[in-house]
Amino acid sequence: MAPKKKKTSTGSAGNKGRGKEILTPTPVEQPDHPEDIFPIVLTSATQELFGCRADEDVTRESPFKLLKKDSIVQDIKTRAAVSDFSPVKQTVLDYPEDEILLVFDREFTYGQRFYLVLTPKAKDGILCPPQPETLEVLENRINNTPEPKRWISLGSEKEIDEECVKETRDKLLYKFSRVRRKFGAPVCFSDRSAADAKGGYLECASYQDSRFSIKQMQRDCGMQAVPGLQSSSAQTQWIVQRNVFTQYKARELSKVEIENILQTESLKNFLNSVTFRLLKALQEEEVMKVFVDDCKALGTESEAGDWSGNVSEGLMLYQAFSNQNYTADRKVSCINWHPTIFGVIAVALTRRKVEQLNESAVSDTGASLIVFYSFSDPSHCQVVLWDISAHISHLEGTQSSGKTVSETFELDDKKENKTPVVRYCAVSALESGHKAPITDVKWLPPTFEVTRTGSPVENRNHASVQFVTCSPDCSILFWDVRVKQLSQSASDRKQQTTPYAVPDRFKHLDWTWKPLFRVSLPKINTTGEYAPLKFNFEPYTRESTTDGGTDKADENEADSDIPDFSQLSAHSARTLPALADVNTKLYIGTEDCEIIYTDWKLVKDDSGRMHSSKPLHCCNIHHGMVNTVQRSPFFKDIILTIGGWNFAIWKEGVMDGPIVLSQGFEQVCTVGCWSLSRPAVFFIGKENGSIEVWNLLEKTNEPVHVQAHATNDTISSITPWVASPKQHFLAVSDCLGIVRVFEIPKKLYIPSRNEALSMKKYFEHGEEGLKDFLKKKEQWDKQNAELDKPDAATLESEELTVKEYSDYLTLQESILKGRGLMPAAVTQHH
Amino acid sequence: MAEVEETLKRIQTQKGVQGIIIVNSEGIPIKTTLDNSSTVQYAGLIHQLVMKARSTVRDIDPQNDLTFLRVRSKKNEIMIAPDKDYFLIVIQNPSD
Repeated sequence: MAPKKKKTSTGSAGNKGRGKEILTPTPVEQPDHPEDIFPIVLTSATQELFGCRADEDVTRESPFKLLKKDSIVQDIKTRAAVSDFSPVKQTVLDYPEDEILLVFDREFTYGQRFYLVLTPKAKDGILCPPQPETLEVLENRINNTPEPKRWISLGSEKEIDEECVKETRDKLLYKFSRVRRKFGAPVCFSDRSAADAKGGYLECASYQDSRFSIKQMQRDCGMQAVPGLQSSSAQTQWIVQRNVFTQYKARELSKVEIENILQTESLKNFLNSVTFRLLKALQEEEVMKVFVDDCKALGTESEAGDWSGNVSEGLMLYQAFSNQNYTADRKVSCINWHPTIFGVIAVALTRRKVEQLNESAVSDTGASLIVFYSFSDPSHCQVVLWDISAHISHLEGTQSSGKTVSETFELDDKKENKTPVVRYCAVSALESGHKAPITDVKWLPPTFEVTRTGSPVENRNHASVQFVTCSPDCSILFWDVRVKQLSQSASDRKQQTTPYAVPDRFKHLDWTWKPLFRVSLPKINTTGEYAPLKFNFEPYTRESTTDGGTDKADENEADSDIPDFSQLSAHSARTLPALADVNTKLYIGTEDCEIIYTDWKLVKDDSGRMHSSKPLHCCNIHHGMVNTVQRSPFFKDIILTIGGWNFAIWKEGVMDGPIVLSQGFEQVCTVGCWSLSRPAVFFIGKENGSIEVWNLLEKTNEPVHVQAHATNDTISSITPWVASPKQHFLAVSDCLGIVRVFEIPKKLYIPSRNEALSMKKYFEHGEEGLKDFLKKKEQWDKQNAELDKPDAATLESEELTVKEYSDYLTLQESILKGRGLMPAAVTQHH
Repeated sequence: MAEVEETLKRIQTQKGVQGIIIVNSEGIPIKTTLDNSSTVQYAGLIHQLVMKARSTVRDIDPQNDLTFLRVRSKKNEIMIAPDKDYFLIVIQNPSD
């Protein structure tokens, strides 16, 4: 029997705090109780003695009693054999602890009223029973075995009874026996059917009872739908197996018939009647174009279908850029649009010269900047700063790459929110650069390059690698951005560590950059040199050569990435084929208001040295410093020069003078540019901040449109740009540091019909006019020379006439006096 | 015969005339200045067009009749002058 551990809610005190281990003493062969439980009978005397009277001291609830070992021993000694504890005497003596547990066993679990726990372990186990949860789990499991429930009758026994096969009556039992005497004799059984013998059976046949009839009122029948399928086929009979097709041909009349018809009267009548109206219709076509809208055709010249009505006459302000940080007290010296990226404009700012006398040759502490503005972000500019002295005065964009180069360095477009600062990449060697501010810089087109003597040769790099600068120190320098063959030794080059993050593209040039060659401009008639301010050369576009296909592919490749300039090296002049048809002549505008036409190729003089040839032509027509020399984008040989108070248009090749010369204006013309889309239109900026639009085909002596007060100060630069076929911009900068972008109205950028042809004719006309004028001038000069001699004669004749006049006056006076008509107050003096 | 030629010449000398065809009432070309295949094509197609146009005009007003038909296309203009028995087709390139 498994020992049941009694649950104790209030255990008696004194457990020695042992671990709560479940102690299940193994059931032994002992009849009723395990080893360490000893059922004991305690007499009432013993009970009283030890204070464990049944149901009084120890009860069901608190059945434990700890007895002192000494007292038990004492009791055994005193009462010897009579003591109830005598059978356990040995164990008690051996008991290690002082107190022995006595448990009041009310249910007689172990057979007696009390039992003694003989080992301390069991005592602990009883006193501190194990966790009650496990006990509960065990009990629950036992309880879950299903018990059979009582059956509730729901009426199903009736059906069962109906279905059961039961006997309705008792079985009938018949007993047959033979007479006694035939017992034991053989018996023979045989069959006989009921129908064999008459009267073998009795039947009651059914018959139709007329008095009784039943009509069947209801009959159960079942139905099933069966799909009716029917298949049938038919076939035509192709009796005659033959394919039939037709082809037709237009009827024609035979020649004879035609002849006959042509002779008939009816045809003649027909023709007579019909011809008139047919001819009228034919002529109508010629006379008036019915389906052509003439008004519309006229209108397409100026307004391409824009009938909305809001046609602006002048330049509309599109955007104005200025930045407090960078443009505060600076003036814009040059602006240039980004060739490929939409809406980016680079503006060069220099310190405004407050005093006219102070030359800014000394570098200012405040840097001159180049600032980038973009349409998308008009308020912030993407600034690029330099620490270059005020030599920045011109910006020029390259054709192949999207970089703008000013002077000697390059920049990267870093578009960040904060205006980043980019430093220059390379600076020319100080002693070999210009001595005066550089006023103009231009890239050579990627189609040709120039050797050290100035002769043009083929450019295999498909990118601009050279550029030209000019400066009023009377020289024009050609620069090359590639590595020179001489300076490739690493020891020569100084290891310059640039403090800022500067691209290494031009590192090979830094501080050691020297120009390729130098063109000086000796004066034609006198000694000295010209001081160029602006120059212009013809952009040479090469026709496709034999390997044009590969060239184009290379160009496309090179367009995307700029060649690594440090890897390119200038080829020697002999290896590259020379290009003979490059126009190496420059038009130069000088400080002394002259226009010079010269060749940049160096020629050998007597001593064998190379020097520049004398200019071919010089012309002094402007009365102020020449500030613009620009070729027309439509005509390769038409150049616009602006200086002082007038402008002039020149044709290359015509040496004598400009083919068009304007009269002097009130305001100084500060800058000008051709329109990019109309051959006859150009823009001039004035000192008072107004922009004039000139159209040579409409009016030749005054501008077509004057936009007064476009800016508040002198206009310093105008650059047009075609953003899209519908948007043409004109960027205008002034000396206050503000750049304004104007939108050119349709009228001014859509060329009129045959405008190019008309302009060409105009220029030819101008040329002829010039020639005529010059001829006449010669004649006039000759006449003047002749007229100069008889000077004395004219003087004499003058004296004579004076004398005659005075004689006449005296005569008049005398007559009047004689007549008495002389007014008294009048006195005549000779 | 000579008259016919003369008339045709008059028409031919007009500016832009590319070809002339005289067709009878059944659509068979009688006289032409174009090549045969074009003539036949023009004659057949235009005959049907003229019939349709004429019936249209007459359906609207039975007392009306078609006097002239001009078909203007992008490249040229076809002028048809119908009559009781014949019709005259002229193809002209308008001077633009």
